[in-house]
Amino acid sequence: MIRLDSVSLTRGSFSLREITLTVPSGAYGVLMGSTASGKTTILEAICGLRSISSGKIRLDGRSVDLEDPAKRGVGFVPQDAAIFPTMTVRRQIELPMRVRHWRRARVRERVERLADMLAIEHLLGRRARGLSGGERQRVALARALSFGPTVLLLDEPMSALDDDTREQLYGSLEAVREETGVTALHVTHSANEAARLGDVILRLEDGHVRRVGSPHERPLGSVQSIARGIDA
Amino acid sequence: MTLSRPRDGLFHLSIMSLALAYALLVLLLLGAMALRTDLASISSILSDQAIRRATLLSLTTSTLSMVIALWIAVPTAYLLSRYEFFGRRLVDALVDVPIALPPLVVGLGLLILFRTPAGAFFESRLFAVSYEIPAIVLAQVVVATAFAIRTMRATFDQIDPRHEDVARTLGMSRGRAFRTITLPEARKGVVAAGTIAWARSLGEFGPILVFAGATRMKTEVLPTTIYLELSTGELGRAMGVAVLMVALALAALIVAKLCGATGVSR
Repeated sequence: MIRLDSVSLTRGSFSLREITLTVPSGAYGVLMGSTASGKTTILEAICGLRSISSGKIRLDGRSVDLEDPAKRGVGFVPQDAAIFPTMTVRRQIELPMRVRHWRRARVRERVERLADMLAIEHLLGRRARGLSGGERQRVALARALSFGPTVLLLDEPMSALDDDTREQLYGSLEAVREETGVTALHVTHSANEAARLGDVILRLEDGHVRRVGSPHERPLGSVQSIARGIDA
Repeated sequence: MTLSRPRDGLFHLSIMSLALAYALLVLLLLGAMALRTDLASISSILSDQAIRRATLLSLTTSTLSMVIALWIAVPTAYLLSRYEFFGRRLVDALVDVPIALPPLVVGLGLLILFRTPAGAFFESRLFAVSYEIPAIVLAQVVVATAFAIRTMRATFDQIDPRHEDVARTLGMSRGRAFRTITLPEARKGVVAAGTIAWARSLGEFGPILVFAGATRMKTEVLPTTIYLELSTGELGRAMGVAVLMVALALAALIVAKLCGATGVSR
């Protein structure tokens, strides 16, 4: 579960006040909002890359406000994918597991399973240069999922993709949902993306988050307990 | 980008003229030195024991200074590129001072520093610096580090900090993200900074003359040799040493180019 209770933070002249939102365990949350409304800042706060001035952030019931990003167990896929240019695709998917001292055989098995799930087996030996936008996003997704995070955060992963590539990434994200059941929060401008992917659709407006539901809302009991943000 | 559009002709012509004029000036400068140098004087300087020692001392001190300069420059440039802290602008300005100061003033400053009680205490308790070989290294390090910091700062500014952010979410500490992600991306910048630091150290003269002196077989480095040869009217031998220094500098540039010393690794 991702839960923010009255979270406030300031970034230069920009600030967010009293943000409250919940994505239940195993649900796919989509956070919408206009440009520069603070969607990415919320994701960065959940990751621990942005400190909050007040409020509480809980991941699977655990308060993580004071935890280093390395300890939060969050898989983060930034908008530009942030593929490490000096490493092969295989190496960067392995990296989070090597950091955690996983056994070599377990690492190899995990890389192969993720590569199969996201259809990137043919990319494992390649470096970032020359990867297409869709390939970069799928590699970033594999890297973020490799260590088995409790929470997956995606920052506009489809914003720069053409229709065909976007369709492929929809397929990848649906595969991730089915196979991992990870709790996700996906930031987007697109109502189509929200309608297609979201169990929980949230909108950030004027510094407040409100739930707008989903036409495909799944019968998850916990979805009903979604915090309403502050006012609709 | 090609230079094909006719309407851009004047612009292309003007920038090409300036670039070619400067390249020609460098070529003429090297050519004039080559024409003025005869093989006999090169042979003479290569067999001269004092000059052989000066060459060895130049290469040794320049290499040591390059290592020290990089050791200081890489973390300093990273700090200035990534962190906001009280006094950052002051530190940023101070590290540029050795670039702006006249070389003789740098030497004079170092000499005065080691005449202060702290400097005198250091020399009496640890080891002598002024007019000794450590003075050569210190004079080279002061100037070379400033150039290395500038180069590394430009390199780190080009590297997307988002990569480190993502690395931290993947389980790395800041230090490990720096070592594993940022430093490999900055590899070409490190080579460029090292080359600049080495070349600056090799050519350093003013601060060394003032702080280390120009004593044959003791603190004589190649620029000092040129000065000593010129002061005794040995223009041919001075030109021979100059050609030797040009050859060393070109060799360093070629090595740097082979290592791809341009900005950020992709």
